[in-house]
Amino acid sequence: MAQRLGRYTLKMEHMPSIQGYAAVCGKKEGEGPLGKQFDYIYEDTTLGESSWEKAESRLQTDAVNRALQKAGVTASDIDYIFAGDLLNQCTSSTFGLRSLSIPFLGQYGACSTMAQTLAMSAILVETGAARRCVAVTSSHFCSAERQFRFPLEYGGQRTPTAQWTVTGSGAAVVGNTGNSPYISAVTVGRITDLGIKDANNMGAAMAPAAYSTLTDFLKDTGTSSSDYDLIVTGDLGEVGSTLLKELLQKDGIDISKNHADCGLLIYDREKQDVHAGGSGCGCAGSVLCSYLLNRLKSGELKNILFMATGALMSTTSSQQGESIPGIAHLIHLKSSL
Amino acid sequence: MKVTKQEYSNMTDKASPGSKTVRNCIRAFLVGGFICTIGQLLFELYSYTGLETTDARSAVSVTLVGIAAVLTAFGVYDKIGKFGGAGSLVPITGFSNSVVSPAIEFKSEGHIMGIGAKMFVIAGPVLVFAITASIVYGVVVFLFHLY
Repeated sequence: MAQRLGRYTLKMEHMPSIQGYAAVCGKKEGEGPLGKQFDYIYEDTTLGESSWEKAESRLQTDAVNRALQKAGVTASDIDYIFAGDLLNQCTSSTFGLRSLSIPFLGQYGACSTMAQTLAMSAILVETGAARRCVAVTSSHFCSAERQFRFPLEYGGQRTPTAQWTVTGSGAAVVGNTGNSPYISAVTVGRITDLGIKDANNMGAAMAPAAYSTLTDFLKDTGTSSSDYDLIVTGDLGEVGSTLLKELLQKDGIDISKNHADCGLLIYDREKQDVHAGGSGCGCAGSVLCSYLLNRLKSGELKNILFMATGALMSTTSSQQGESIPGIAHLIHLKSSL
Repeated sequence: MKVTKQEYSNMTDKASPGSKTVRNCIRAFLVGGFICTIGQLLFELYSYTGLETTDARSAVSVTLVGIAAVLTAFGVYDKIGKFGGAGSLVPITGFSNSVVSPAIEFKSEGHIMGIGAKMFVIAGPVLVFAITASIVYGVVVFLFHLY
């Protein structure tokens, strides 16, 4: 049974296993530094569909089916699926997964959704409420631009702090038996808001949330940041990563040697013109379910903290001048029991 | 959290790279100037073919709007916009781009509620305030009998 450690952390005694995982991506992500890690790269970002929303749904369907296949199970073996995305009413998830007939719980955590769905899956499996769960998220550059910003063909300029929404989806099958990687602990984050209002600087809005979740976890577990091979944030990008390190530095915590950010890993910032880095649910989702889990499975990484970060604003709240609340959930992953 | 909102705001300003203002201004000047030069060439051409000055001006606007619409449809105008910034935004071609791009984007939501309703989602405020300003100007001119 899950054991509560300190105020915010849940320690998994039985350590649920990630039995299978898959990531699918668009062309631009395929051309990035992690291109070879993904299970499938769609050269056509429409995925042959008539709308961007349908294309994003397809990404989720495909990621889940591939993850199930790699875990050696079928949809009927899954007790619950936790899924979320960035679009209004999470339609990428509901439309993409409607044919699977798995008990479904939609999740919204903005770009933190991969960690949120993984946390829910791990807790249910750990407590015995489920034998096997699936966690999945997606985002699509074109559907996100259309909902949050401007039409694709609009001739505008992006600010240097803006981030590029990843076209991709990541899915993981979490079960009570199985091989590496394992989920060792979960820390659910608190909503943190330090007053950033610029929707083109989401890294800055989310960095305080990552700071508070990481310091909560380290305090709860009595560990230090250097005890981990890697501390991976979701999509803080260049600006958010710098700010997170500065905030931690004030507490005497140094993560400069073992910090990575999915938004900085997935693209070559200089060559691919993505400004401050990648973002979106699919950013943390696809990097975790390929590059990171691959390296844990091979034993190259033994002990990592995966911390997906989310900016919890809407187009309405931004237009009404509200600041951007941030969230970060932490998953402690290990390569052995 | 040891940091106050004000301190964090200062930290953010320091960590966030600013836009390259000088470079952007030069590019905007060149692109905007180039578009206006094309406009002038078209005006000379239309005048040469015998159009009255007012008709030639209208024909120039129509031609530039048409060219920008086609370039938007072929996915070229957004690249010009990315390079030129305000230089391609301010001339009438930018207006054309701001109308055509949502029309393309929202086609998937149908002809009426998609194209029809969303076409002026960017240009709408420009129209509202441009028309308002012209009314205010008209009233001012009327009151002071400038004619």
